[in-house]
Amino acid sequence: MLELIEEYEFLAAFWMTVKLTVYSAFFSLILGTVLAIMRVSPVKIFQFIGTAYVTLFRNTPLTLIVVACSLALWGQLGVELASRDSDTFIVDNSVRLAILGLSVYHAAFVCEALRSGVNTIPLGQAEAARSIGLSFTQSLTQVILPQAVRGAITPLGNVLIALTKNTTVVAAIGVAEIAYRMKAVAEFRPDILLLGFGVVAIAFVILTLPMGMLTSFLSNRLAVKR
Amino acid sequence: MSDTTRVLFDAPGPKARVRYRILAVIGVLLLVGLLYVVYGRLDEKEQLTAARWDWVLTGSAWNNYLIPGIIDTLRAAAIAIVCASVLALALAMARMSDLAPLRWLAGIIVEFFRAVPVLIMMLFIFYFLSHRGWFPSDLNPLIGVVVGLTLYNSAVLCEVIRNGVTSLPAGQREAGLSIGLTPSQVRRSILIPQSLTAMLPTLVSQVIVITKDTALGYIILYPELLTRARNIGSAESATLPAYVVVAVLFILINYALSKLAEWIENRQRKRNRSAGGVADANEPPPIAPIPAVGGLGGGTQGRV
Repeated sequence: MLELIEEYEFLAAFWMTVKLTVYSAFFSLILGTVLAIMRVSPVKIFQFIGTAYVTLFRNTPLTLIVVACSLALWGQLGVELASRDSDTFIVDNSVRLAILGLSVYHAAFVCEALRSGVNTIPLGQAEAARSIGLSFTQSLTQVILPQAVRGAITPLGNVLIALTKNTTVVAAIGVAEIAYRMKAVAEFRPDILLLGFGVVAIAFVILTLPMGMLTSFLSNRLAVKR
Repeated sequence: MSDTTRVLFDAPGPKARVRYRILAVIGVLLLVGLLYVVYGRLDEKEQLTAARWDWVLTGSAWNNYLIPGIIDTLRAAAIAIVCASVLALALAMARMSDLAPLRWLAGIIVEFFRAVPVLIMMLFIFYFLSHRGWFPSDLNPLIGVVVGLTLYNSAVLCEVIRNGVTSLPAGQREAGLSIGLTPSQVRRSILIPQSLTAMLPTLVSQVIVITKDTALGYIILYPELLTRARNIGSAESATLPAYVVVAVLFILINYALSKLAEWIENRQRKRNRSAGGVADANEPPPIAPIPAVGGLGGGTQGRV
């Protein structure tokens, strides 16, 4: 157990998983909100862009997106997200490309979650907002979106939990998170494979269980009672 | 969607129409600008030359890489969905059983497999089998992919069945009990069959999740579509085009499946309404076109 933690740097890997989750959640939340606003906006072309984005990214495997970020975006097109001069260029660049891939993929799901939140709002709310003279932007930011976010807490929580588990996929491009370390253990130390799996599995249970509980607590607490 | 969005803003007057048109022009310009930047970047790196793309039209690329890739992807997905459905049914029965220990055991299994990432399970099973050598070594990746997908998705589908049962009107159960069936007979012959029909759209949209997740087989070298993309990319020295082509294939397959799920859902909704609405007797009439918000059993959305 100790050997596992020391030799295979499980704590650092675990920390990397948490970092990937937090950054990707942040960026995908921003991008997803922008997309959701585009999809409910009155301008047709914005609706079209939002719908096209969601359809394309929701139907593409995350593994493909992450691998393409590394091999196509960086390898072929030379897109670099870290400065070449820094000593940790390769690591930083891979991590940032991984965050990019995770964010663009999950933004599609955040957008859908928020849109389902918008759909929980009775039409009367929007009508009331209009009838007291609020513009589209005002009714969106002061009436619709706050309620949509509160109504969308359960699906948003589900996206966050899925994101946490999906960070393992970036092992495909060599980011040293927990699945990557487990792969190393599996290749070189088959005798402690079961222990490694147990530790990793429990780590994920510990990570995701509180998220699920917090989500259902918050959605009960914050849901707009109608 | 259209209903909600239409109410968010007034029917546009002349001023608003001008404003929308200006915004639309800005939107188009932004989109074209973005596409132009992408095009410029691709052109600069010489990704758009015919030599990088002409393999797509050759028969050998399709016969040797793409079609076998599609078949292997669909094979793993098909085996996994069948196994997951069977296991999910067994787990759901156990989770609703009258025996408390059986209930707890099934509950722990379901919660565990829902929390552990599919990739971790695939890696574990693949390396476990490789070190044991129980099966021929070229079979191990397939088993790893299928077992990983089965365990996770059976836990998800088990919850879908259970959700379906709890959302049935209480009268269904009472009617069964009143004609002298035992509680377990009621579950077996009345409740679960009904929740299975209600589950059909979710099952199809779960097929999308499974098809996407077969791409995780890339990491344990299962020769599905993405692995073939890597192979063909290096064989034809066309990495970027190979991923683009494979992405298009994945999107086409999954989009067709999601349309199928939508179609089944609509058909069922219509049928329920004409038959007096058994499934949604206890629910208030939907206030908006997309009713379900709670993660599981919520139609095609939210399946990450």
